[in-house]
Amino acid sequence: MQAYPVSVPLPSDDKRWKLVAATMRWHSYRPAALIEVLHTVQESFGFLDEVSLRFVASSLHLPMSTVYGVATFYHLFSLKPPGEHTCVVCMGTGCYVKGAATLMATIEEVAGVKAGETTADGRVSVVAARCIGACSLSPAVVFDGEVVPKVQPSVIREQFRRWMSYDAR
Amino acid sequence: MTLDELREIAEKEREEQKQVSHSLKVCVAAGCLSLRSDQVLNILQAGVKERGLEGTCRVRGAGCMGLCAAGPLIRSEPQHTYYRGLSPDHPEIVGAILDNLDGPPLPEFALSPDLPFFAAQQKIVLENCGEIDPERIEDYIAAEGYEALLTCVAGRAPEDVVQEIIRSGLRGRGGGGYPTGLKWSMVAKAPGDQKYAICNADEGDPGAFMDRSVLESDPHRVLEGMTLAAYAVGATKGYIYCRAEYPLAVKRLKTAIRQAEKLGLLGKRIGDAEFGFEIEIRLGAGAFVCGEETALIASVEGKRGEPRQRPPFPAYSGLNHSATLLNNVETFANVPPIIRRGGSWFSSIGTEKSKGTKVFALVGDVNNTGLIEVPMGITLRDLVFKLGGGIPGNRKFKAVQTGGPSGGCIPDQYLDMNVDYESLMAVGSIMGSGGMIVMDDSKCMVDVAKFFMDFTRDESCGKCIPCRIGTTQLHGLLERISAGRGKMEDLDTLERLGNMVRRMALCGLGQTAPNPVRSTLKYFRDEYVEHIAGRRCAQGRCPCGQKPMAGGETQGELTDAGAKSVSG
Repeated sequence: MQAYPVSVPLPSDDKRWKLVAATMRWHSYRPAALIEVLHTVQESFGFLDEVSLRFVASSLHLPMSTVYGVATFYHLFSLKPPGEHTCVVCMGTGCYVKGAATLMATIEEVAGVKAGETTADGRVSVVAARCIGACSLSPAVVFDGEVVPKVQPSVIREQFRRWMSYDAR
Repeated sequence: MTLDELREIAEKEREEQKQVSHSLKVCVAAGCLSLRSDQVLNILQAGVKERGLEGTCRVRGAGCMGLCAAGPLIRSEPQHTYYRGLSPDHPEIVGAILDNLDGPPLPEFALSPDLPFFAAQQKIVLENCGEIDPERIEDYIAAEGYEALLTCVAGRAPEDVVQEIIRSGLRGRGGGGYPTGLKWSMVAKAPGDQKYAICNADEGDPGAFMDRSVLESDPHRVLEGMTLAAYAVGATKGYIYCRAEYPLAVKRLKTAIRQAEKLGLLGKRIGDAEFGFEIEIRLGAGAFVCGEETALIASVEGKRGEPRQRPPFPAYSGLNHSATLLNNVETFANVPPIIRRGGSWFSSIGTEKSKGTKVFALVGDVNNTGLIEVPMGITLRDLVFKLGGGIPGNRKFKAVQTGGPSGGCIPDQYLDMNVDYESLMAVGSIMGSGGMIVMDDSKCMVDVAKFFMDFTRDESCGKCIPCRIGTTQLHGLLERISAGRGKMEDLDTLERLGNMVRRMALCGLGQTAPNPVRSTLKYFRDEYVEHIAGRRCAQGRCPCGQKPMAGGETQGELTDAGAKSVSG
């Protein structure tokens, strides 16, 4: 595939755009690098918005529809900004048979949100994972990147209380 | 680097390891890490300094030791003991281990390696897991690492390497069980100058973590296996397609690639020969369907991970329309020992049609949850009761689920069945990648079937209609049954629709998606009947509740359940 050296202007002075541009340069602006680039955008900004999708599309010489199609195909990419904290509940089979559904119900009870939603105050995003590979320590939950094994509903309550109380700021 | 130089490094490392009389290895794979084994490692290292034991005791991080249920695990030599369940909150216990290096093992925390869980295993893929430090290439080289690769590039013809794999009888460990040697010879014979080798590390099966453990515990083995494959088929460029959900595996792979490149074991002119091979990592983005080979290739190309019609098979036209070899992590991990010890050694292990060993993730309602490697042909009973240590809380065994969303539930009447590709297929399940979820009698099979259909319905890529609509309708039927609103004829519809999806779907995801429903219908039909006729769930897991529901509920239309799907 032909590589086009291009210089699409960065959308703003935000330094994070330079990280995105660096990834594209590393991959010689090849369209095949689209997923890698979207990973960098999401790592840098937390989610993919229209500005970033358009920037990536024009830099990689891809139609916006292709970029949007890829961004929405993969579960890991999010088009909505995440909450301050993230709670990932593993819903893999191992965790499911050990009561992951109860944990989800507990979250809904204490925070009023379902998987894929963020609390109204923007504090916590709740995500259901397909399997995080911690099956032998099920049920597992990831609080802000830290895997917690053998979680009881009480642990969820405690964590959410800490996250959602106003002193937490 | 030449073979002699490699052996020099190995010799030097072995000498260094012999200098110290005691060794403590701490598991730093993801399971034990979540139990803060890294802090235990720090306490041990500080303790060694404090006591001035640097010259006698070597403390190292190591890969997965298998028995995750008892983590964090430490292996102590020459005490010949595992220590289990050590917490960084009790540094005095961790310290007591250091004070007692020469005495008998501390009885309250010791686990003997002679327990059936450890002793009944036969390790080929996992031979270095828990033994070597995954972040040091010297450790891998000291364990005969890269010897197979350099021997081959220095003097074995590529066809010869393919023949060795054919002789071994190795079959793909990702699920399908396609003969690896045959695949290799297809790619080797395919025309074209540019060929690719891809490692499928998109371990999407929920309840399975074999590949994660291998990548985290022994990443160099996968790199060596891949490079050997590339040499055999003539590939010059490789990709490891790894799940983004496994950050530690990705980190260790990156470290390993850098180390191997530095030593000239990867990159241009490997082993000072004409052969060159480069490996890049590609991150998945959370799509189960990307475990399917054509979808995976589309994803490596930066596209939506949608499968396509085969033929042409990737062996002829894969990545960028070039011949592409695609194997699973565990398949590649089997390659170096096969080349080192010979194909006939490998084929002497296992059953007639399933050679070698298989790594299983033993999870769910079983005492010894963790990772095991056993010869093909072992009985399910041995797996669950001997290695697994039986069901917790003295409950009754109900079923074991293999093969993830593509597999089925195997009831107790088949406990004495041999575990190999054909036998599992015969009872309506598949080998899959090796997840084994044990379920006790508190689990409801309608609920389990619904769980898997919810999974495949959500993960269906939507390209072909039988899968996109079929899985949604199957899930809708199951939801209705589990809510106590099912009708008897729903059971026939489930069967008919399941068969239709199985026969007509484009790729493996759809073709196998009905398996959990079909197998539970076959072996646990009475549970379905109870949900429909009795409007109750004996296990109390379904929305219809344990007590019979009052009748007269309105019958939901199938399409109601379907309307809200296909969103994510």
